[in-house]
Amino acid sequence: MELNAVYVIVAREFKKFVREKSRLFSALARPLLWLFIVGAGISRLVPVESGVPYTQFIFPGILGMTILFSSIFSSISIIWDKEFGFMKEILVAPVSRFSIVVGKALSGTIVSTIQAVIILALFPFLGLKLNVIQISEAIIICIALSFCISALGIVIATFYESYESFSVIMNFIIMPMFFLSGAMYPVRMLPPVLQFVSKLNPLTYGIDAIKHVILPSIGGRMSYDFSFHTSLIVIITTSVIFVFFGAKAFERKD
Amino acid sequence: MSHSESNIAIKVKNLVKRYNHILAVNDISFEVEEGTIFGFLGPNGAGKTTTISILCTLLSATSGNAYIAGYDCTKYPSEVRKSIGIVFQDSTLDKDLTAYENLVFHAYLYNVPKSEIKNRVESVLHFVNLYERKDELVKKYSGGMKRKLEVARGLIHKPQVLFLDEPTLGLDPQSRANLWDFITKLPKEHNVTIFMTTHYMDEAEVCDKIAIIDNGKIIASGSPEELKKIVGGDVVSITTKDNLYARKHIENLLKLEVLEKNNELYMTCNQGETCIPDLIRSLGDKVLSVKIQRPTLNDVFLKLTGKTIREDYAPESNSTKESIRAYRRKH
Repeated sequence: MELNAVYVIVAREFKKFVREKSRLFSALARPLLWLFIVGAGISRLVPVESGVPYTQFIFPGILGMTILFSSIFSSISIIWDKEFGFMKEILVAPVSRFSIVVGKALSGTIVSTIQAVIILALFPFLGLKLNVIQISEAIIICIALSFCISALGIVIATFYESYESFSVIMNFIIMPMFFLSGAMYPVRMLPPVLQFVSKLNPLTYGIDAIKHVILPSIGGRMSYDFSFHTSLIVIITTSVIFVFFGAKAFERKD
Repeated sequence: MSHSESNIAIKVKNLVKRYNHILAVNDISFEVEEGTIFGFLGPNGAGKTTTISILCTLLSATSGNAYIAGYDCTKYPSEVRKSIGIVFQDSTLDKDLTAYENLVFHAYLYNVPKSEIKNRVESVLHFVNLYERKDELVKKYSGGMKRKLEVARGLIHKPQVLFLDEPTLGLDPQSRANLWDFITKLPKEHNVTIFMTTHYMDEAEVCDKIAIIDNGKIIASGSPEELKKIVGGDVVSITTKDNLYARKHIENLLKLEVLEKNNELYMTCNQGETCIPDLIRSLGDKVLSVKIQRPTLNDVFLKLTGKTIREDYAPESNSTKESIRAYRRKH
């Protein structure tokens, strides 16, 4: 692995992220709308029977949503790079495909984690009380989940050549991933087929792990779907698999 | 790497690239000596970009071999990548970064020692006269500036071979002239071999050696002078008071074939300079005007293929590109 190359790929992405502040604001608008409008609306329908109000229940899911959107968007910038030619500059460099994928995944990780931390900082407004340990653990899970979803985004990006495919990715990958992640409702309450699909979604495990950390008192019907360890293992294993396939897909020459 | 070939920068042997039924590159072979400018000439879709892509390790060949600086492009892609710089047909700059940032990115990617990055980046910026505008975003650059910046970027890691794929495409005449000015300086000042493609015949005049490619095959190669000899000499045209008389006279006395067009008489002479005195001596005061024209590379291409190399030739080539794209989508 070429560390210089990984560093500069991340630095480029970070520089652009800092430069386009409007991108950050619009990225934060989505989770805020869901949290304070959709969440507030639905909470009227859901009785506080499981130890936490609904707005608190969806908080881990909204963190997951923030990570999902920003990680995938960051990774599919690869499609833009292909379209505008910059990808060629990277591909003809004496750099292994593995380094390129790791660099891109880390770029998405940093950008996503920053956004997730900003949303996480809103916990007092939801009436949550978190201590330093809980916050640190939540951030660590956000980092791991961001890396996992960014790597998945790279695998997705290798299938597409132009940004016309963006709406396909949005409607057929991102939105279903969000709705089938246990973000808005526990997975166990879904019909069996949807439960099965949800269990194939790495985001589900990330959100569940965050629930373990910041909603320890949750119980009953709203409770966790998996054990904390299962979730962590799934996130780490799928990350490795996605990086491997991403690097393989980049290798392709026809 | 054998020592006898150490002054060969690029070697291509029986290279073939096939997409289904399309032979994009059809068994081509050539060598490029170190420190020279090599021109790969042909109409759009002739196989120039495909050949460059194979040499740059972006594509794998169907069969045959290609070597850069002695390294096999298939077996040692990483070594090859270290030895080359490339300016692609389409811009590969990040338009949301400044010129300076684009160059620094490149330096890191090519593992240039950190202590040298600043020096090298600044020196190439001076070389292409963009130093004063280094902190502007590339999206504010004109086409000519972008192309120069890309050439500058290609030099940062001190490559042995610099590929230029249609470097002047889409540039205005002034930027083109300006770009050529410093491209021709490169071999001496940066100790680099240039491999360029173009479909502008006049631009190929700066090359030390040229290979003309059409439909995936090399149909002629040599120095521009050697290639022009294929045309068979200079074209001399005259106007006279009495074309009929003059024509007969030239055909009988000088044994030259004469063509009449628009009241002018055309003939091809081995050496135009020695031909003109003969003409005037034999025709006396009947000659009104004499014009001598050196053959151009365009005449060479016309002679070899029966067609000109203009851009209006593109429709067929676009269909080749389309089929290649369709092939890629399927696989």
